[in-house]
Amino acid sequence: MTQSVEIRNISKRFGKKVVLNEVDMAIKGGSIYGFIGPSGAGKTTLIKMIVGMDSPDHGSIEVLGTKMPNLKLLQDIGYMAQSDVLYTELTGKENLAFFASLYQLNRAQTEERIAYTSKLVNLTDDLNKKVALYSGGMKRRLSLAIALIQNPKILILDEPTVGIDPELRLAIWNELIRLKSEEGKTIIVTTHVMEEAERCDYIAMVRDGRILTRGTPNELKEAYHARNFDEVFLHAGRAKQ
Amino acid sequence: MRISALIKRIFQQLLRDKRTLALLFVAPLLILSLMYVMFNGNNSEPVLGVVNIDDKLVDTLKEIDIEIEKFEHVTNPEQTILDYELDGLLVSQGEQMDLTLANSDPTSSKALQMKVNQVIALQAQENLVSQLPTLSEIPKMELETNYVYGSDDTVFFDVLSPILIGFFVFFFVFLISGIGLLKERTTGTLERLLSTPIRRGEIVTAYLVGFGIFAMIQTVIVVFFAITVLDVTLEGSIWNVLIINLLLALVALSLGILLSAFAASEFQMVQFIPVAVIPQIFFSGIIPLEGMATWLQAIAKIMPLYYAADALKGVMYQGLGFTDIIQNLLALVIFAVIFIILNVFALKKYRAL
Repeated sequence: MTQSVEIRNISKRFGKKVVLNEVDMAIKGGSIYGFIGPSGAGKTTLIKMIVGMDSPDHGSIEVLGTKMPNLKLLQDIGYMAQSDVLYTELTGKENLAFFASLYQLNRAQTEERIAYTSKLVNLTDDLNKKVALYSGGMKRRLSLAIALIQNPKILILDEPTVGIDPELRLAIWNELIRLKSEEGKTIIVTTHVMEEAERCDYIAMVRDGRILTRGTPNELKEAYHARNFDEVFLHAGRAKQ
Repeated sequence: MRISALIKRIFQQLLRDKRTLALLFVAPLLILSLMYVMFNGNNSEPVLGVVNIDDKLVDTLKEIDIEIEKFEHVTNPEQTILDYELDGLLVSQGEQMDLTLANSDPTSSKALQMKVNQVIALQAQENLVSQLPTLSEIPKMELETNYVYGSDDTVFFDVLSPILIGFFVFFFVFLISGIGLLKERTTGTLERLLSTPIRRGEIVTAYLVGFGIFAMIQTVIVVFFAITVLDVTLEGSIWNVLIINLLLALVALSLGILLSAFAASEFQMVQFIPVAVIPQIFFSGIIPLEGMATWLQAIAKIMPLYYAADALKGVMYQGLGFTDIIQNLLALVIFAVIFIILNVFALKKYRAL
């Protein structure tokens, strides 16, 4: 598989605070890549740069062989932000249809993708309700559905399962894994939840704008002689200090 | 196509927001009607107290709608005015006449003073004529007044209303479009939008068209309401009035969207009103510009409302045609273009591309 995303030596600071410090990373196509780290570690900034909403002070990012930021490439990137950004006066369906038309899907495609994504996140019955009436979990699920609406090659999800009940979380993860293995999508996920980390193919632990350590879940556990990811995280953090 | 999707969404959102719709379409009519009623209200008859005034003079005063209250003897004119709630007191003492005015409202006091003066002068003239019969052959001087604009029926509201129409269009469009895009900024949906392949120019265009259509409807309603219901003077063409207002709405729209980039909340957006909107009223011609200092007149030239008000007054009150107002229209177009270009740049804050 070719590299889907290549991050070369990027640094970013906001004022005096260094948010990202010489981060290097290559993300293989057709894999699930997890960014794990405490809040404020720089995960969201890194993700925004991959989407092209922010640009690094130094270094470069290539997505599917093209340097970011690039407008055309955004067609191939599905993005789910950390907080739910939805039009609350509109219904779930209208939200989905709006984003579908931003990605210039035609009518038949729109219908089909709305049906598919809403079924995936279990919102089919609530599509015609105004988003203002949705619960927190429903909004999260709708955000995920919107990220999938244009059937992107790369899916970037910033903490996708916060506020979603365990059963649905499992269903979503199963679907992510299916999307990866059957449709060859590249999925980048940030998470706090260590069990979710174990389901990723590769993991990068981010702290203070640096990659502490990276590898497959098993490699990391072996390297740090840990039974679970909480321990890996703690050990990796201590080793650096 | 992305533009039309955005426009459709703006419509869906606005149409479901009944309060905002009411503010956009009903509030200007309400305020305009209120001002119409206030400025056109028949002034109540002034009440004049008289002491020692002969009946002939009293009758003349009554004829010109002055209410008369007779007093036998007054020692303290001020106190009498206060006690009987008079607007003025006219006391005759031999050759001398003293007029004391309440002056609680300078304008109506001046008017009363003028009327009393005229009546007394007229009577003095008549007395003179009756004493010297030869004088009656002198032709009586009469002054006939002609008007370049309007007629003797013209009231202040006729001059004010073109400016008010322009101001309401400007103010409400500014507020609603500014807050519309601001909401998109504060809820993060704008950032979300910019993670899709939409161009910045497309967003600005969609907002201009989406809110522009509402602004157009508002403009048409306000203009027709003022002309048909309130019977505001319209000397020139209604099309010219509409063109001016639509251009003004475009300026307000682009300025509102632009300033929303510098506001972090709806509250901060409202803070722009005293800075960006209220000063424009002072330079819109309600206060005559000719009397202002040169540097103040220069400031007026950077206010969009100045050009719109000038053109509106020209068309509605003075009956100017399209070619007479073309410079004002051009100025409005320039404002709009500048604001629109700045808007596209202001969005760079969210995405480099």
